[in-house]
Amino acid sequence: MNTARFFGDTAVLTGRSLRHIGRSPDTIITTAITPVAMMLLFVYVFGGAIDTGSHESYVSYQLPGILLITIASGVAYTAYRLFQDKNGGMFDRFQSMPIARSAVLWGHVLTSLVANMISLVVVVLVALLMGFRTGAGVLDWLAVTGIIVLFTLALTWLAVIPGLTAGTVEGASAFSYPLIFLPFLSSAFVPTETMPGPVRAFAEHQPVTSIVDSIRAIFAGQELGNELWVALAWCIGLLVVAYVLATGAYRRKFA
Amino acid sequence: MNPTPAIQVAGLTKSYGDVHVLRGVDLSVEKGSIFALLGSNGAGKTTTVKILTTLLTADDGSARVNGFDVRTQPHDVRSSISLTGQFAAVDEILTGRENLVLVARLLRQPNPGAIADELLERFSLTEAGGRRVATYSGGMRRRIDIAMSLIGSPSVIFLDEPTTGLDPEARIEVWQAVRDLAAGGTTVLLTTQYLEEAEQLADRIGILHEGRVIAEGTLADLKAMFPPAKQEYVEKQPSLEEIFLAITKTSAVTVKESR
Repeated sequence: MNTARFFGDTAVLTGRSLRHIGRSPDTIITTAITPVAMMLLFVYVFGGAIDTGSHESYVSYQLPGILLITIASGVAYTAYRLFQDKNGGMFDRFQSMPIARSAVLWGHVLTSLVANMISLVVVVLVALLMGFRTGAGVLDWLAVTGIIVLFTLALTWLAVIPGLTAGTVEGASAFSYPLIFLPFLSSAFVPTETMPGPVRAFAEHQPVTSIVDSIRAIFAGQELGNELWVALAWCIGLLVVAYVLATGAYRRKFA
Repeated sequence: MNPTPAIQVAGLTKSYGDVHVLRGVDLSVEKGSIFALLGSNGAGKTTTVKILTTLLTADDGSARVNGFDVRTQPHDVRSSISLTGQFAAVDEILTGRENLVLVARLLRQPNPGAIADELLERFSLTEAGGRRVATYSGGMRRRIDIAMSLIGSPSVIFLDEPTTGLDPEARIEVWQAVRDLAAGGTTVLLTTQYLEEAEQLADRIGILHEGRVIAEGTLADLKAMFPPAKQEYVEKQPSLEEIFLAITKTSAVTVKESR
């Protein structure tokens, strides 16, 4: 494949879907609203009763989990937009043009990245208003951003699969519900030590816990242990599997 | 006759499981002509168009568009064609002008903005150009769709049921656009289930029935093929509709007999 063509086409198509977001900023607001509501609920309702066993404030404790919930709900829009392109005939039009084949998907994936980053900034700003504080420096923030970007890319490529294969628009976006639920079965809101055996076993061996623990440690200025490598392995592993499945589904549909 | 046809199809077959959509389609379309592929729903029109525009691969048979093999030279085929699909493939959230600019940029045209403005004027959409396509009527949507297909001056244009779902006025607008195209030397292959549309527009007509082109020729050819009426006191010429129904009926009978 011609690399210059790929980058040129991806840039044009990313510009197109970014324009969609600019025209319907509600997709960014709604992506941010649910996590913000959850954050208010957890901090001001449940938070007082939760003993995290750490010195940091509860708002700081639960923020990493809220960030992951934001991403999980944000990628549903990628599935939705892909579904619309597929059903509205835009895909057929692009596919019958002499453009780089994968640019059509990458345009949506990069748009998801940009949209999610904006939603995440909104959530972090609200958390700051609620008393979230961190001593994290520029490098720490870069590390957090790196983990978040990897996780967003992984979930976005995962969202591409239902976007391409779902039969209805509801089906295309419904896949994100279990993803939004995952942080609840993790160390995101309560320490896993309080959970009964099997739940705890699940919580400690699913991707969210290691990612949450890593981000939390970076924000708190704590020493990072194994969890960072586990988190990175989960993110990259998910990304590779989702990418392979998504591009496979794409080839089968539009070979 | 032109020695190298714009579209050359031989023995094209395509099945989905037990459903044999195409059972050996043969057709040839001369450069610069309008060819109408006529057939009822499920005859295989869209499948044929999708194979010719590289969106689907055929099970068997050969197809060349602008001299390029759709199977082995898909990129060359894509550079020679444009497709206007069955449902207007326009981005509703973008304005009409933005849709044109998008396609022009993807086709690496110099000065996409000027191309967009020129096409908007040609299709009488200059005023609507700054509005989102979601606000357009069915006819305007089709016109912007066809305008998008003209960018980069493709030598072959495929229009899959360009007027399905349009009111009569919009249909006439689209017909005029198609005539203008062919006048400019572009080869047009259009599919339709409307007999009048084929009669109005096409230089040659192919009747696709149950996955085969069972009759092909000019309107006069098809009329000549129609068995002479016995009750000769009826002065009316057979309409294309009557020809179509008669041909598809006799073919259905022969298929049954051969079983």
